[in-house]
Amino acid sequence: MPEPKRALPEPTPETAHFWEGTRQGELRLQRCDGCAHVYFPPRPFCPRCAHRSVTVFAASGRATLYSYVIHHRPVPGFTPPYSIAVVELAEGPRMMTNIVGCPQTPEALVLDMPVEVVFEPINDSIALPFFRPVSR
Amino acid sequence: MKPKSIAIVGAAETTQLGKLPGQSQIQLHADAALNTLADAGLTPRDIDGIATAGETPVTLAHYLGITPTWVDGTNVGGCSFMLHVRHAAAAINEGLCKTVLITHGESGRSNVGRAPFARAASSLAGQFEAPFGPMGPPTLFTLPVLRYLKRYGVTQEELAMVAVIQREWAAFHPRASYRTPITVDDVLGSDMVAYPFRKLMCCLVTDGGGALILTSAERARDFPQRPVYVLGTGESVETPMVSQMEDFTSSRAFVVSGKKAFAEAGIGTRDVDHLMIYDAFAHLPLFGLEDLGFVERGAAAKFIWERNTAPGGKLPVNTNGGGLSYMHSGMYGMYALQESVRQLRGVSPAQVPGAKISVAHGVGGMFAASGTIVMSNQAP
Repeated sequence: MPEPKRALPEPTPETAHFWEGTRQGELRLQRCDGCAHVYFPPRPFCPRCAHRSVTVFAASGRATLYSYVIHHRPVPGFTPPYSIAVVELAEGPRMMTNIVGCPQTPEALVLDMPVEVVFEPINDSIALPFFRPVSR
Repeated sequence: MKPKSIAIVGAAETTQLGKLPGQSQIQLHADAALNTLADAGLTPRDIDGIATAGETPVTLAHYLGITPTWVDGTNVGGCSFMLHVRHAAAAINEGLCKTVLITHGESGRSNVGRAPFARAASSLAGQFEAPFGPMGPPTLFTLPVLRYLKRYGVTQEELAMVAVIQREWAAFHPRASYRTPITVDDVLGSDMVAYPFRKLMCCLVTDGGGALILTSAERARDFPQRPVYVLGTGESVETPMVSQMEDFTSSRAFVVSGKKAFAEAGIGTRDVDHLMIYDAFAHLPLFGLEDLGFVERGAAAKFIWERNTAPGGKLPVNTNGGGLSYMHSGMYGMYALQESVRQLRGVSPAQVPGAKISVAHGVGGMFAASGTIVMSNQAP
């Protein structure tokens, strides 16, 4: 019996650019051409001012650890304990992710510590954006 | 809404609460409905408006043999019943119907006749949260908490005290799932679920239900029970993804819903004798106390630690023991409303002496939605 796998995203026309970006090693955000608001998750209009002209751009991939939990129960595709985190991107928006490349402990996962994006290909069409601590 | 134009004239929970594998979910709705109709001295024929969540109003109407002229199937999670009260009040005042039945029933523990939870992989949450391994509310509802604790310097001991004090309240209730006293050490020594959340900081998972009947205040005196008048109501929604909450230390939906309800009721927090705050997890009462304006930002944990919300305290909160100790079928909002009604009828096993104004504040999803109902037992 194959190992159960983690849940995977199914892109829609409005989010395809984001998942195309992660495959190419880019974390793509959108900026409103009207009010310059940078937002996430993707949609083809500005959620602040409703402007329909927006520009997709590659974010820096830099972020800080905003909040998290460390899950201690089994989930398909994960080995507990593992972090479920929210990072605040340098460009402003926040997103859910996993913090990788460090022990999954409160001591190693310190709020506001700098992290950077890494892309992990899961299959031929999906690469997920994870974040790892930045060594100072 | 004009305060006190609407009254709750029927209220009851299912005959049993807890582990009920002998009843399907729709039957739990029906059991709660039949108990509530009996409470109000009515039959299904007297009902012309229905509202429910979890099951559709169509299923409910057919199962109970009701032909409604007004229906509301609003489902924004566990506070849906607060929204139903608000919508029903507006509908009755507008003359769309006269007597509204609101039901909740959930086979949350036994999963009998309950549709499986499904989230599309193409939804925003399916794309931008699910791949990172959340497993339901214990990993999502809890996500903002470390930010809250850091911002206000609140400790895990203080978070644990929320569960300790609610257990004290539960001890008064023969129908509560857990009644044995616990300590902060017990809470912090219970199994880790999702750091910093331990098992005793998380709600129960049980089966049960509850229902309410609302009508105009003019008709309320014709019913056998002491009427509970609706003073003010509020509702709002924010986001289906907890990761996209505007502020991890405050719920925008709580603030908006609470403000509406208090303004409509024409009261301030000091007028409130009894408060229910939907507590799926131990941090919910902290957010609720602050977002509703009962205490300053960051002051809720200390307020609870100093026993202000405990038996004998100046602001009794979650006097049934809450979702942490009384019961939690999944959509807990109905049980918060039931305890508010019991308090205002003067029949709660944990009765607050002389309670005149009660507030039931609910959350839906993971800080996704909110509904607030302010009630009074004082005739208009």
